[in-house]
Amino acid sequence: MDRVPVLKLGDLLIVSIQIDLQDQSVLALQEDLADKVVETGARGVIIDITAVEIVDSFIGRMLSTIASITRMLDAETIVVGMRPAVAITLVELGLSLGGVRTALNLEKGVALLNHLDGARAVTAR
Amino acid sequence: MTVPVDAGRRRIEELLEQHEGQVLRRWFEIAGAMSGGHVDRGGAAVPFGEIYQALRRSLGDSHDGSDLRGLLADLSRSRARQGFTPSETANVVFGLKEAVYEIAEADGSPEALRGFVWFSRIVDDHGLFTFETYAAARERIISDQAEQLLELSTPVVKLWEGIVAVPLIGTLDSARTQVVMEKLLQMLVETGSEHAVIDITGVPAVDTQVAQHLLKTVVAARLMGAECVISGIRPQIAHTIVTLGIEFGDIVTKASLADALAHALRQSGVEFVKGRGRRVTVRTEEN
Repeated sequence: MDRVPVLKLGDLLIVSIQIDLQDQSVLALQEDLADKVVETGARGVIIDITAVEIVDSFIGRMLSTIASITRMLDAETIVVGMRPAVAITLVELGLSLGGVRTALNLEKGVALLNHLDGARAVTAR
Repeated sequence: MTVPVDAGRRRIEELLEQHEGQVLRRWFEIAGAMSGGHVDRGGAAVPFGEIYQALRRSLGDSHDGSDLRGLLADLSRSRARQGFTPSETANVVFGLKEAVYEIAEADGSPEALRGFVWFSRIVDDHGLFTFETYAAARERIISDQAEQLLELSTPVVKLWEGIVAVPLIGTLDSARTQVVMEKLLQMLVETGSEHAVIDITGVPAVDTQVAQHLLKTVVAARLMGAECVISGIRPQIAHTIVTLGIEFGDIVTKASLADALAHALRQSGVEFVKGRGRRVTVRTEEN
C-alpha cells in the first residue's frame, strides 16, 4: 500500500496526493495527519488534490472526517485544487463536504489560512 | 424476371433514348408546376439532364445506380438546406413518371405500358430515397444548430481580475446546465478566479429543476474553492422561487449584475476611489 507523504512547511502541513486513492491509504493518511498535527502543533493542513481524477463517496466523506479531526486539534484543513469533474461528481453524489474549506490552488489555500489566522487574532483581541 | 416484363423494360429503355429531349422538357415543366410557384428556383437548381443520364445508365446493363443516388442525395440535401418541403423535393423525382407516362401512352403498345409499371416502381424507389436523404439532411441541420446554440449561449466572461460571470440566456435544461457548469468550473481553474456571478436575467422561468441545477453549480464551485453569486432575479422569479419553497440557503443572491459585481469586489477587498481625492469606498464590513 502506498502511503501519502505529509510535508511540514513552517507551521503548515502539506499533503499532496499524487496516487490513485485507495480506501486503505486514505485511512492511513487520516492517522498520519492526526499524529503529525499533534507532533508539530501545526495551525493548518492543506490537502492538494490537483492530481486526483477520481473520487468516490468514501473518499469524499474521509475528507470531511479529516477536516473534523484536525479542527479538534486546532488546525484548519483546506482542500485545494479540486478538478471540475471531481467537484461535479461529488455534487452528483450529494456530498457537499460540509465543514471543509476549499481553495482553488495551493497558493490561495495558504493565503486563506493566513487570512483565517489574522481573523482569529482579531477576534481574540 | 418474366419475358413480358423484360420486353416492356426494353421498350421503355428505347423510348427513353428516342424521346430524350421531349421527356426532359415535360419533366422540367411538371417539376416546375409541382414545386408550387417556386418554378424559377425549383427548376433552375435541378440538374435534370445529369439525373436523366444517370437514370438511364442505372437502367442499362451495368445496373450502376451509384451516380444516380449521388445526384439525388445532393439534390435533396441542397433542397433541405434551402427550405423546400419534403413533398416538393420528392415531386421533382415523381414528375419524371408523368413525363414518361405520356410517351408510353403515345406509343400505345402493351409492352410500353407494362414497362411503364416497372419503370414507375423504380422511380418510386428513387423518390423514397430522396425523401430519406432529405429527412437525414434536415436532422443533421437541426442537431448542428442545437450544438451551435449550446456553444453560443453559454459564454463565461471575465469581469475583473478574479471575478468571472456567466450570463445565462434562454431556458435551462439538464444538458445546458451541465455545459454551463463544466465551462464555469473550467474557467475558474484556468483564470484562478475565486468569485463567480451567475446572471439569470435572460432565463424566462425558474422551476424547481432549474433551481436545483443552479444550486448544484454553486455547490460544485464551492467545493473547488470559489464563491458564487446569483444575480438578475426578477420580481416574478423571486415570487415563484418563494412560492415553490426553494431554499437557496446561504447562497448570495442579488437583484442585478451590478450589485453582484459590487459584492464580489467587496469580497475580494477591492476599493474604489472616485474623482479627485474624493474617496468613496465600496468596502463596508469585512466578514
